[in-house]
Amino acid sequence: MATDPQIRYLNPPTVDVMRKKYCRFKKSGIKYIDYKDEKFLMKFVNEQGKLLPRRLTGTSLKYQRKVAQAVKRARHIALLPYVGDLLK
Amino acid sequence: MALKQYETVFILTPVLSEEQAKEAVTKYTDFLKSHGAEIVHLDSWGLRKLAYPIAKKTTGFYNLVEYKATGEIVKPLEIEFKRDERILRFLTVSLDKHAIDYNDRKHKGLIGRKAQAAVAAEAPQTPA
Repeated sequence: MATDPQIRYLNPPTVDVMRKKYCRFKKSGIKYIDYKDEKFLMKFVNEQGKLLPRRLTGTSLKYQRKVAQAVKRARHIALLPYVGDLLK
Repeated sequence: MALKQYETVFILTPVLSEEQAKEAVTKYTDFLKSHGAEIVHLDSWGLRKLAYPIAKKTTGFYNLVEYKATGEIVKPLEIEFKRDERILRFLTVSLDKHAIDYNDRKHKGLIGRKAQAAVAAEAPQTPA
């Protein structure tokens, strides 16, 4: 490990190569996010049912708003929980 | 008023028997037809578990109605929903062109749309 000799690390620094994040909607050309399709919406919600931030999912602002609206609609018709411990 | 396309999802209480649920659905479809709406698609997902209890009930009959109508129909429809105690919850959404296109593709059997990532790969195979 080409680490600086002066610096002692307790454990080797895990250098995570910066994966280029991309917006999956632009890439696969999805134009409409269906609020009735909760299996797909679960990819954008964490265990407690909260919306994942863009910095984790990498979606662009335009589609993040659509995802947020779809998730809120799904919550209204009880397809997604407001707060829950789903898919642990 | 131009004809816009709407989509309404409503949930019936599970206490209803089968034909009472059907009767409730026909009541609303007739209401829509009597107000000059054209029903594009009618779908019922049957009894489903709710993500959280509504009015002390943990399951409900989900129904989806897609219709073309002028704007004035939504307000009375929702009043009707509020008045009917069999309805646990309802949601009316106006559809833009992407939504209409998505729904048509879904009705035509391109169910692959559901697995959004997968469809990008196998979309060319399925006949458009």
